[in-house]
Amino acid sequence: MGLNEKPLSTLHEKASYDLADFEVPTGREEAWRFTPLSRLKGLHNGKAEPVGHVRVDVDAAPEVTVETVGRDDARVGKSFVPADRVSAQAWNSFEKATVITVPREAVTSKPTVLTLTGSGDGAAYGHLVIKVEPMAEAAIVLDHKGSGVYADNIEFVVGDGASLKIVSLQDWDDDAVHVSHHHAQLAKDATFRSFVVTLGGDLVRLSPSVSYTAAGGDADLSGVYFVDAGQHLEHRLLVDHSQPNCKSNVDYRGALQGQDAHAVWIGDVIIRVEAEGTDTYELNRNLILTDGARADSVPNLEILTGEVAGAGHASASGRLDDEHIFYLQARGIPHDEARRLVVRGFLGQLIEKIQIEEIRDRVFAALEDELAR
Amino acid sequence: MSTLEIRDLQVAVEDKEILRGVNLTVKSGETHAIMGPNGSGKSTLAYAIAGHPKYTITGGQVLLDGADLLELSVDERARAGLFLAMQYPVEVPGVSVSNFLRSAVTAVRGEAPKLREFAKDLKNGMDALSIDPAFAQRNLNEGFSGGEKKRHEILQMELLKPKIAVLDETDSGLDVDALRVVSEGINRFRATGETGVLLITHYTRILRYVKPDFVHVFAGGRIVEAGGPELADKLESEGYEQYTKASA
Repeated sequence: MGLNEKPLSTLHEKASYDLADFEVPTGREEAWRFTPLSRLKGLHNGKAEPVGHVRVDVDAAPEVTVETVGRDDARVGKSFVPADRVSAQAWNSFEKATVITVPREAVTSKPTVLTLTGSGDGAAYGHLVIKVEPMAEAAIVLDHKGSGVYADNIEFVVGDGASLKIVSLQDWDDDAVHVSHHHAQLAKDATFRSFVVTLGGDLVRLSPSVSYTAAGGDADLSGVYFVDAGQHLEHRLLVDHSQPNCKSNVDYRGALQGQDAHAVWIGDVIIRVEAEGTDTYELNRNLILTDGARADSVPNLEILTGEVAGAGHASASGRLDDEHIFYLQARGIPHDEARRLVVRGFLGQLIEKIQIEEIRDRVFAALEDELAR
Repeated sequence: MSTLEIRDLQVAVEDKEILRGVNLTVKSGETHAIMGPNGSGKSTLAYAIAGHPKYTITGGQVLLDGADLLELSVDERARAGLFLAMQYPVEVPGVSVSNFLRSAVTAVRGEAPKLREFAKDLKNGMDALSIDPAFAQRNLNEGFSGGEKKRHEILQMELLKPKIAVLDETDSGLDVDALRVVSEGINRFRATGETGVLLITHYTRILRYVKPDFVHVFAGGRIVEAGGPELADKLESEGYEQYTKASA
């Protein structure tokens, strides 16, 4: 840590439901320095009028309940407090929240799919609560598409011994702006598996965070992104280990191609004094396919206890390896196909982890589309 | 019947001249050994023929059955019938051996092999080289030992059936058992009589298993002496010293 750098833990101290507690970012702040604020369409400075609309369609497993509730519902906003300006803006601006409850000990028979469709011009704000009661097991898909300017907060509340798998697809149209916070709160022995796939949108800034309320929680956060010319796709992860004997694993991989394709990955992991026996690893890899693309990758690990089971991080960004391509070409495989094999291999290892077959197939198909561009 | 003709080949790496006029003709059914000290340019010859982008051709020609290989891309050369067994095969994460081999065979044959036939060829090829069938599902060269990588190179050669195979120090880093297995693979492949082999090596050891028809001594970026198998015996007893002095 440099002399002028603040400890990681202090960067994440600020949290409030009150928008006025957050100054309008200027771009110099640590949390905003990579984000092109001028392309946020006013989400960060209060100028994004909530005249847009994002429709939420739910295809639910029969075991779960789906409700649309008002701001005053007791279940909303319990697991998290907004930690940045746009999150606080979304919190203060949403009108209806969707609450999905997986009852105690229920094991869902199919994934529950939420399709969020942006209708075009104007900003919209959303809030979603996924509550998995003790010992229940569920899979949730969040499928974002369409156009518009959208900020939202999503709470994943995973109860004692419960298991939640989520896949979040950001498959927006080219002009969409999406700033989202995913917060997972894990109770005792809870398991959380998150898979983020970000492909479309002019600017997507997704901040998944994890907190633990008791020992034994296990979080696995994976992500795949494919950044094309002009796109800004940013993922900011925070795992806050404040309980003993919890696990976390973060693995995000991206491919970039085209002029001004920009990927940002921030991976913050804090292991607090109380969090003895923590086992954590975080990894980010970027494959840069053309000139003009840029990847910023910043893993941060702050360990405040001496008793960890494992803690590591790695970050690697590199160009497509000429030696890999040469080897494949030397076996007769044409250049474009060699490139496809390597990129598919690089991201495919991770995509294979998606356990919902239709979604996995769709992500592979989307990857083929990207590679054909 | 195929012929690889290397005519006055000159090659540079980053403006440094490495090959200074190489002349060599390899025909189907022939095995040529190229022997030489480290740094003599043997591997440069192999990679330049295959088209590695690091090497700049500054003069000469490489013809395969009269067609100029140097005009072709790396993959076109392979499809024309050239094969290079690499000294250091790279690890390619995420690309499985079976997927890679099927892609390569499809590209070289110009059509996808029948699945059952391919599976059979692959199994027979792996058995013959004592390669664990589980390798098919592993990532290309990832975590392979030196010997496993070399056996896998020979497997590719047997599946792709090139007209001319260039083997770049395939024997280096192999223990005697692995050397025997790899040599048997090369001999099986030669026995068809339909292919020419250019065997690049530093040591005479492999030549006890793979008998060459011609031996060429490489020093200072060119062939400085040529002869029959007896030349290898001379190198075995006398070493390269006389050639390195002469070319210095």
